[in-house]
Amino acid sequence: MASRKTPEFSASSMADIAFLLLIFFLVTTTMDVDTGISRKLPPPLDPNVKPPDVKKRNICKILVNSHDMLLINGKPGELSDLKQETKEFLSNPNNLPNLPEKKIKNIEGLGEIPVSLGIISLKNDRGTSYNMYIQVQNELTAAVNELRDELSMKKFGVRFSKLTDDIKIKAIQKAVPVSISEAEPENIGDN
Amino acid sequence: MSKFKKEGKKELPKISTASLPDIIFMLLFFFMVSTTMRETDLFVKINPPEATEVQKLEKKSLVSFIYVGPPLNKKLGTEPRIQLNDSFHVVDDIVSFIENEREARDEVDRKFLTTSLKVDKDVKMGIVTDIKQELRKVGAFKISYSTRKKMEEK
Repeated sequence: MASRKTPEFSASSMADIAFLLLIFFLVTTTMDVDTGISRKLPPPLDPNVKPPDVKKRNICKILVNSHDMLLINGKPGELSDLKQETKEFLSNPNNLPNLPEKKIKNIEGLGEIPVSLGIISLKNDRGTSYNMYIQVQNELTAAVNELRDELSMKKFGVRFSKLTDDIKIKAIQKAVPVSISEAEPENIGDN
Repeated sequence: MSKFKKEGKKELPKISTASLPDIIFMLLFFFMVSTTMRETDLFVKINPPEATEVQKLEKKSLVSFIYVGPPLNKKLGTEPRIQLNDSFHVVDDIVSFIENEREARDEVDRKFLTTSLKVDKDVKMGIVTDIKQELRKVGAFKISYSTRKKMEEK
């Protein structure tokens, strides 16, 4: 008996099944953006406890008004200058008396390191656009990340973003902390 | 006439569509890999701002989302509204929303809960600050401002 030729299998319905599955996935899923700038909010202020006094040299005041204009320590400034000014403020390389003081802290993994006591005080207006607020946050975060990169290069020979050892990461984070304090927004500037 | 008979009937060769399902499967796999199942329908327009210093949200299951933006349905006005899960809410509802999200998670995971604020870039800071105050009151300190990663053009 000659072997019968098996009936040819029509593959035309495969395309239909594939189209159906594709349409299903197109409809039910989203290419969601899951990136963002992470922050830790401070605990709410206890009205009975007075907030600790901070020396004027340790604070960098940044104001943004409802027209998205920037005021850095009283001087009008541009977004592009913010990162450099913040870096100088936080690192205080020449130990100038009008810039923040540094405290020697013993950090596990790094030893005795001078840590800046500088705090960046950010104040918005209720009419500031969210985009401007994020750009300011972005520049401040970029300044901190660059300082962390530089310290990590000096101490470990690797950039902070490429570190994998948890102890080293925590040590650099403690040495260059993200100290951004946000005040209640008021109506500064014309609304 | 037989000398000029056409040599067999020349048909146009049929275009083989055997590879069509393969192309569709490739597209399908691409979508399966690069997207996430959308859990909530968005009722507000969200155009997130761009930033360079962004970090990926880890563990999507431990993230609660708060959407703020102008409603997609023009009849509801142009003022930015807050959307929690599937419905519009007011700033005061955020406390109970976060508490519900906490109840829904395990005891162990509660410390790692993050709140992702997906805010349209043109929203004014007033409403965002109110939301942050409520989050501080209820103890949800880990937040993330949802932003798109800006491609560096150096």
